[in-house]
Amino acid sequence: MAARTLIQFPATARRGEAIQVRVTIAHGMESGFRPGMDGKPIPRDILRRFTCRYNGETVFGAELSPAIAANPFLSFHLVADQSGTLEFEWQGDRGFAQVERRPLQVA
Amino acid sequence: MRLRAAVLALLAASAWAAPGDARRSGFEDMGPATQAMQRDDAMNPAMLWAAEGEQLWARAPSASARSCAGCHGEPSSLRGVAARYPAWDEVLARPVDLSTRIDLCRQRHQGQPAWTAEHEELLALETLVGLQSRGLPIAPRPDPRLAPHVARGEALFRQRMGQLALSCAQCHEEHAGGKLAGSPIPQGHATGYPIYRLEWQGLGSLWRRVRGCMTGVRAEPFAAGSIEFTELELYLAARATGMPVETPAVRP
Repeated sequence: MAARTLIQFPATARRGEAIQVRVTIAHGMESGFRPGMDGKPIPRDILRRFTCRYNGETVFGAELSPAIAANPFLSFHLVADQSGTLEFEWQGDRGFAQVERRPLQVA
Repeated sequence: MRLRAAVLALLAASAWAAPGDARRSGFEDMGPATQAMQRDDAMNPAMLWAAEGEQLWARAPSASARSCAGCHGEPSSLRGVAARYPAWDEVLARPVDLSTRIDLCRQRHQGQPAWTAEHEELLALETLVGLQSRGLPIAPRPDPRLAPHVARGEALFRQRMGQLALSCAQCHEEHAGGKLAGSPIPQGHATGYPIYRLEWQGLGSLWRRVRGCMTGVRAEPFAAGSIEFTELELYLAARATGMPVETPAVRP
């Protein structure tokens, strides 16, 4: 099952306007440093990379580390210059990969 | 008319800050960053559970069962429900809390097995139902059958328990506003459950929160959905009557 996400940005923007994009994804971000009930460390399972593409062009990227809390929240700005699609991709340990797409209207 | 509307709006805005009302939501004791997280739905991680709840609401759990929406319609039809729970259950002839109510509905009308306490899907539905009442004042029904249970709940609240022999009231009334191990002691009004707790890195119910307090005083925690726990919840609801529902709240 795909992880739940919250993606929020203005549905419409003026050409040249800088819009704020905010994304959250449901992910445990298991650091690899915590012992489990049996005393052995729980294997690390974190998101490693987030990428936002705007009509195919990468406009924002982030590398995530074990010190980041569960359900990581990211906020960034981009300049809206044409209508199109925003594509959000998270990649992580154990082959985790998820892509979400949302339309952006530029007037 | 306009003056009257303005006065009403002012009253609504200051529901818990009424003169002479010393009650404070834990929200007011949080740092501005955590408050901002709760205020803004795009930043509140509990909305991940609310979104999952919406999917569960619309999905039939099996081919022969109706979905929640099949009987109740839109989730907004349950506006106000979370503000008046725990409430009396006619079949069991005892009060039940909101998560038990949801689970019973699932067993009786959808023919599904009971969920375990703190089941993620149960939390998601409880968050969705609670969210419908956000901003409404907590308003337990004046049901005479509940009265003896509320009284027993208050007795539990004032009962010293565990190896540390502490009652809820000793911390959350006598020492509310003070500090315990560097953290503020809130008055303990259960206005925003289920909550996203930063310490938990996840969403949890009031039962989980109370379990933490009870193991903290080295007492044996009440079982989820037990009559003792429901009675304590009833008293907490009576104690917070009139304070606005904050579900889903964020707490440190």
